[in-house]
Amino acid sequence: MPESNDHFTPYPDHVLENVLENVLAFLHSRRDRNAVSLVCRSWYRAEAYTRSDVFIGNCYALSPRRVTDRFTRVRSVTIKGKPRFADFSLLPVNWGAHFTPWVSGMANAYRTLEKIHLKRMSVTDDDLAAVANSFPRFKELVLVCCDGFGTAGIAAVVSRCRGLRVLELIEDEVSDDYVDWISCFPADGPTNLESLMFDCVESPINFESLENLVARSPLLKKLGLNRFVTIGQLHRLMTRAPQLTHLGTGSFSPPEQPEQHEHHENDNNRVSDYVSAFASCKSVVCLSGFREIAPEYLPAIIPVCANLSSLNLSFANINAEQLKPVIRHCHKLRVFWALDSIGDEGLQAVAETCKDLRELRVFPIDATENGEGLVSEMGLLAISIGCRKLQSILYFCQQMTNAAVVAMSKNCPDLVVFRLCIIGRFSPDHVTGEPMDEGFGAIVKNCKKLTRLAVSGLLTDRAFSYIGQYGKLVRTLSVAFAGDSDIGLKYVLEGCTNLQKLEIRDSPFGDSGLWSGLPRFYNMRFVWMSSCRVTREGCLDVARQLPRLVVEVFRRDEEEGGEKSDFVNTLYMYRSLDGPRADAPRFVNIL
Amino acid sequence: MDQIKRNTLNLFEDNDHLTTELRLGLPGSDDQPEIKTTSLSSNKRSSSEMGSSSCMDENESTFSPPAKEQIVGWPPVRSYRKNILQVKKMESDTGSGIYVKVSMDGAPYLRKLDLKMYTSYEELMKGLQDMFKCLIGLYSEREGYNGSHHALTYEDKEGDWMLVGDVPWEMFISTCKRLRIMKSCEARGLGGSL
Repeated sequence: MPESNDHFTPYPDHVLENVLENVLAFLHSRRDRNAVSLVCRSWYRAEAYTRSDVFIGNCYALSPRRVTDRFTRVRSVTIKGKPRFADFSLLPVNWGAHFTPWVSGMANAYRTLEKIHLKRMSVTDDDLAAVANSFPRFKELVLVCCDGFGTAGIAAVVSRCRGLRVLELIEDEVSDDYVDWISCFPADGPTNLESLMFDCVESPINFESLENLVARSPLLKKLGLNRFVTIGQLHRLMTRAPQLTHLGTGSFSPPEQPEQHEHHENDNNRVSDYVSAFASCKSVVCLSGFREIAPEYLPAIIPVCANLSSLNLSFANINAEQLKPVIRHCHKLRVFWALDSIGDEGLQAVAETCKDLRELRVFPIDATENGEGLVSEMGLLAISIGCRKLQSILYFCQQMTNAAVVAMSKNCPDLVVFRLCIIGRFSPDHVTGEPMDEGFGAIVKNCKKLTRLAVSGLLTDRAFSYIGQYGKLVRTLSVAFAGDSDIGLKYVLEGCTNLQKLEIRDSPFGDSGLWSGLPRFYNMRFVWMSSCRVTREGCLDVARQLPRLVVEVFRRDEEEGGEKSDFVNTLYMYRSLDGPRADAPRFVNIL
Repeated sequence: MDQIKRNTLNLFEDNDHLTTELRLGLPGSDDQPEIKTTSLSSNKRSSSEMGSSSCMDENESTFSPPAKEQIVGWPPVRSYRKNILQVKKMESDTGSGIYVKVSMDGAPYLRKLDLKMYTSYEELMKGLQDMFKCLIGLYSEREGYNGSHHALTYEDKEGDWMLVGDVPWEMFISTCKRLRIMKSCEARGLGGSL
């Protein structure tokens, strides 16, 4: 491309493209860029040339080759693989979403690649080694909900990527290869590390190396420790890195067996020492960890509470009395994750203080049906009254009422994400005995910004008629054990005009419901239906009608075979530009 | 090679039909199957409900105590969260349990574990791994010990040392007297025909 200050007169086309490229360099939003690329061919080219961040929502929607052919100057790649229900053991282990073809495809094309962000992909140690070897300017690796790799792969990355700034391992399954990866960072001098998060790594860490690393990482802002780091060790690290803004606190308890930790004699078991450590970390805005918390230590975090915007206590088995002294200082809190052990009373305390709360997640300590219900509609109601700015909620409970859900729909009109999980399947409103239709109906009707919805409890087709009628902005819908008939599915597929991701399990929706979505499927990222009433024949028909749709049919137990009239165990379908994938295991049928 | 490498959690994916087939209820709980009037009395529901392959391979009646069945992937809590909290539950429970001693080769002292806190081999493995901070593999005919360094054995009522995992879970907890985490090289002899 001619430079704009070249001496010869460039062709007018080139000038225009040059100007366009300079302008497009300011455009970052994916949607805007996609729109730009549709204007005309030269805009398409200019946009492709200037796109530095590529986002691939479904790794099987297209081939790596197609990406590298179109976008030639990429700095950052984000790829998502498995459908979300894989998190709940509904996807067989060897189903796919391998990173390997992507890393080999990019190795030659993107020599200046700096950032890789993967979600629900299968990544091997060899893949990580390939990353370390192929991209000399590599800076950021973020792996979320990935598996297939271990500490050996991590070691390869940290030892060879000298410019590494960000290493974030979030909810991955990391196998323990008995490799001391933390000692594999380049030994001398300061590092460029800004973020190091390894909360999910379930293997012991060499503390001495970690401490040394933190001490020579002046740019470190985010540190996420795993549960093998005791509170005494945390204390030492905090004194080394008072500039931290995000801290994953590790176990937050003293060591169990004294001989496990050499520095035991230096550990103080007094809360006051830890309080002063937190007092000197004035920049902390985000706290998490507390993996094996000894509750008496929780008050140590009080000095940072006034500035906290995010607090994740979702591994901390604490009750309301233990939460209150801490939460009452958290006036600026925007994100709060907790276990239901805090009870409705704990939620009440949150509602009284956290007026700016935007996101709440309440996880169950006892994830069994008919378990002890520690939070209920009372907690939900309290939150809706106290936290009017709420945008996102995930709430597990054993009992709920329509009234509380309706109240939330009116009190929290800014809701974008509403995910309610009543653990007992088919549970009605426990006061009136009615289905939960009206509650969810009110949510879709009153929360006009709603884009993500997960439903539960006893639900009839009526609930789905509400969703179809009012849920015009809904992009993600998650359904389990709900509905009466195909009409329910029809309402959703015909009504939700912005639907992108549909995941359904154990609901009585069949072929005719499925077919009502034919005009929509090309506009969706994916559809998942497991243990429903769609037949093989029905799926075949969809596949025939929509040739660019990849229709995968399989059984969770990986058995093969089955008749056309049988109900399909799992249907997973998605659009693809490059046809069906070549790496499908034998138990996956692509129709 | 990397594809073969899995952790013990994945090995149990193949066996989860085992855990669901034998589920009678939560271990240790003195319950009558609670009858949910909505699900049992509504015929409409039973006709539209699937002979759900989500819970079992055979089409058993899905309406006798629905509350107590173990449904795969329900509620939608990642196993990552369920496993970690199992340790907590263990500490807070005060009811009657089946306590067995657990020894690990090379560790200076033994631990005690309540088998009733677990409902499957998978959960037991995770609990033990948390407790001893080690990686234990289950022996399988196909893959041996899968590269892990430890194996789990138990002493049964007759005093014999057995490999954990051969018998159904309920049978195991009723015959297990103590557990021993061995180095897998020593345990190889227990693996049957090699």
